[in-house]
Amino acid sequence: MSKHIIIEENKISQIFKNQKAFIGFLTAGDPCLSKTEEFILAMAEAGADLIEIGIPFSDPIAEGPVIEAANERALSVGTTTDKIFAMVARVREKTDIPLVFLTYMNPIFVYGVERFFAACEKVGINGAIIPDLPFEEKGEVLSIAHAHEVDVITLIAPTSQDRIQMLAKEATGFIYLVSSMGVTGVRSEIKTDLAAIIADIRQVTQTPVAVGFGIATPEQAATISQFADGVIVGSAIVRIIAEHGAASTEPLTAYVKSMKAALV
Amino acid sequence: MSKGKYGIHGGQYTPETLMNAIIEVEKAYEHYKNDLAFQAELTELLNDYAGRPSRLYFAKKMTADLGGAKVYLKREDLNHTGSHKINNVLGQALLAKKMGKTRLIAETGAGQHGVATATAAALMGFECEIFMGKEDTDRQALNVFRMRLLGAKVHVVTSGTMTLKDAVNETFREWTTRVDDTHYVLGSVMGPHPFPEMVRDFQSVISKEAREQILKKEGKLPDAVIACVGGGSNAIGAFYNFIPDASVRLIGCEAAGKGVDTALHAATIANGSLGIFHGMKSYFCQDEYGQIAPVYSISAGLDYPGIGPEHAYLHDTKRAEYVPITDDEAVAAFEYLSRTEGIIPAIESAHAIAYAMVLAPTMTKDQIIIVNVSGRGDKDVAAIARYKGEDIHE
Repeated sequence: MSKHIIIEENKISQIFKNQKAFIGFLTAGDPCLSKTEEFILAMAEAGADLIEIGIPFSDPIAEGPVIEAANERALSVGTTTDKIFAMVARVREKTDIPLVFLTYMNPIFVYGVERFFAACEKVGINGAIIPDLPFEEKGEVLSIAHAHEVDVITLIAPTSQDRIQMLAKEATGFIYLVSSMGVTGVRSEIKTDLAAIIADIRQVTQTPVAVGFGIATPEQAATISQFADGVIVGSAIVRIIAEHGAASTEPLTAYVKSMKAALV
Repeated sequence: MSKGKYGIHGGQYTPETLMNAIIEVEKAYEHYKNDLAFQAELTELLNDYAGRPSRLYFAKKMTADLGGAKVYLKREDLNHTGSHKINNVLGQALLAKKMGKTRLIAETGAGQHGVATATAAALMGFECEIFMGKEDTDRQALNVFRMRLLGAKVHVVTSGTMTLKDAVNETFREWTTRVDDTHYVLGSVMGPHPFPEMVRDFQSVISKEAREQILKKEGKLPDAVIACVGGGSNAIGAFYNFIPDASVRLIGCEAAGKGVDTALHAATIANGSLGIFHGMKSYFCQDEYGQIAPVYSISAGLDYPGIGPEHAYLHDTKRAEYVPITDDEAVAAFEYLSRTEGIIPAIESAHAIAYAMVLAPTMTKDQIIIVNVSGRGDKDVAAIARYKGEDIHE
């Protein structure tokens, strides 16, 4: 239990105190790492509360076409895990915004789980989201991550049903609630009864809940933030970067400001 | 907590979105694998519909020509739909029916698993959608039309390397969007638990029959069993009931493409390393950062960067051996078996034939090799003609 308390007081959960959090995602190395560095700082400046940094993977099976294409672009310019750690170290000199990696199990496992999380701690990464690491398999990662003060973010899906409380009980940092079935991507309408799932979660934990998958507009962000502690936006941001490339700083700034302002 | 382990391999590395769907399959399979009525229904389908048991044929001319061990061919190519894939598909389709599913989705490489799935869907009244990489729809065009003829919708996958691995990615993505009415008929002994175990069980009919057949014909066990390995379903099926027979060498033939010392191969055991991908811990062709490598083989069915976790375990424990076979060797074996025995094997199976051609002459005449002819080669005729520089039109 002592570990649980330490984690609860960490940097990630702070962002949910007295406000609704805006969490933005981008893929490291799209279009290049120096631009990723610039975009992270711009998003932080524009009011984002936490940035998820995607470590590109050749086969991102939980991603829709928008983020998958960003992964391909990033890998095609030679982005590697080592270069991403170096980029994060540079970012850390300029901002203390919480940073979380999103990547798949294989890049972490092959890099070496201990080596990966030690490097996270060194450069100041606060959490990791690993879509293909379910509750059943997290044992080989969790204690190492925690030893390096990195939260492994729990994902809960509309299909989690009878698993919700089992998953939520052990969650630290925040809970990533997947809004709808399928892969990441922009959706016009979100039908899942998120409020009911959040009520389920609340019965067993006070860990903040942020909702992601399919959120793109300020209207959606406003609606979701009525019952969630934060909103997560990925594909809509990655789409701006895909469209504007190296010149994305301005549109990203405007977009993040509009989203943050919409949170109630 | 981790389930479905083979030594250090296997497991259930699946997004949370799919965990309940996978647990549902696991529970259904745990129940029905011991259900006598289910097993009787499956056996009837395998026998009366798919044409089992498949023959164990003594390749007399090949044996004489190679001048060593007696070569027997396990004729999975004679099954309905032309390969071993139907064994697994009938099992999973029947299970899906019992689970109340109405829609089957599947990946396919060479198209044999897609054809088998489309066939079972037609037979049992499922909606069916197949995912196939664009590289493969191009080189296996006949199978694409065959699937459509059977009523399946074929999605051409244009992401990544546009081959089997990418077809698996897309099928997982599709399953994520719709789990309520849909079962993913995984085609090989890979993916998250319970797939490696369930597919192996459904394919183990190959070695169950072969073991009985060889004991009846020869009064003794074979000295070696040879099968080609991509994900490894026909190989595990051919090996499984011989695993306790320590005297039987089990040999898997991987696709070495243009050679294991080139970048163009799919030889996972020869050149891969430990990783976690497609739901399992096993060996994969990948780089130092865990990026899955683009792989290559003339054979669409072996063109996969990983190998099933039980094979990885059989390799670790040295119970099975894995050898690389190049495109050139496979094509030579494809032609050899056609001319010598009048059997045109699938280019996948030709990888196993190729190693039998190497091994048999080194053995004595009272020794026995069983080669699993996992599929028939009609689908490959046009591609082999192109490989040899002949300009033919399908």
